[in-house]
Amino acid sequence: MTTEEVTETLDVKGLNCPMPVVKTKQAFDDIGDGEVLAVHATDPGSESDIAGWAEGTDGAELVDQDETDEGGETVYKHYVRKSA
Amino acid sequence: MSTDTPAPDAPDPAALQSQVEELREEVADLQDAVDDDDAGKMTIIATKGTLDMAYPPLILATTAAAFGWDVVVFHTFWGLDVLHEEKAEDLKLSAVGNPSMPMPNAMAALPGMDAMATWMMERRIDDNGVATVEELLDVAAESGVTLQACQMTMDLMDYEAGDLFDDVEAGVGAATALEHMADSDVQLLV
Repeated sequence: MTTEEVTETLDVKGLNCPMPVVKTKQAFDDIGDGEVLAVHATDPGSESDIAGWAEGTDGAELVDQDETDEGGETVYKHYVRKSA
Repeated sequence: MSTDTPAPDAPDPAALQSQVEELREEVADLQDAVDDDDAGKMTIIATKGTLDMAYPPLILATTAAAFGWDVVVFHTFWGLDVLHEEKAEDLKLSAVGNPSMPMPNAMAALPGMDAMATWMMERRIDDNGVATVEELLDVAAESGVTLQACQMTMDLMDYEAGDLFDDVEAGVGAATALEHMADSDVQLLV
C-alpha cells in the first residue's frame, strides 16, 4: 500500500478493544467512495478485529495490513477502501 | 362460442389485476424483510453492576453498532447501576469469591479490600488504554445502541427515570425485551 493512495489516516495508537474498531467505523463513514482509510493501532487484536469488521461491513474492503516498528513499539497498519 | 361472452367460470380481469397487485406488494414486503436481515440484530440482557461485568455488554454492543447492527441492551437488576448517573461512576470490583484474586477469600472479605481491588483494576484499565465505562456508554449512545432500563427492577431498587443517563429508554418490561430478542441474531444474558 503506497501512502499516495491513502485519503485519511486514523491514529488509534494506545487505545484498546473495542475503540480501534469503533473509531474506524466513525472515520470510515466520513470518507468518500473509492477513498482509502489508513488505521494506525498498537492493539495487536486490531489485526483480526479490523479484518473482521471490514468483512462484515458493506462497502468496506480491507486492501492491506502491515506492521512497523516505531521506537520499539509495534504499530499495526490497516488500509480500508470504501467501495460504491 | 361467442368471443365477447366470457365463460361463466372465467376469472374477472379486474379481480385478477387486483390479485397481481396484492402479490406484487407481498413480494416487495418480503424483499424489504430480506434486505433488513442483511444487518444483524443483537439483544443483550445486562444483569451485573460490578466494574468488571459492566464491560462485556458495552464492548459487544459498541462493536456490533460499528458493524451497523441494530442493538438493544436491556438492563435489569444490578445492570441498572451501569445506567445510573451517580452509581456508574462508582462501580466496584468484588475481591471476594473471585478465584483470580491473589488472596484467600478470608482476607478478601476484610474491610477495604473491595476498594483496593477496584483501585487496582481502574489503574490497569487506565494503563492499558481501555475505555472507561462512561466512554463506552457515550459511544453506545452516539452509535445508536438502545439502552433500556427494566421498569420492574427500577421500582425494586427505588430508581427514578431521572436518576439514569438521558439516553436511556426507561419504563420497559420483559415483553419489550423478548420482542427484540425474537428477531435477533444474537441474544445474550450477561
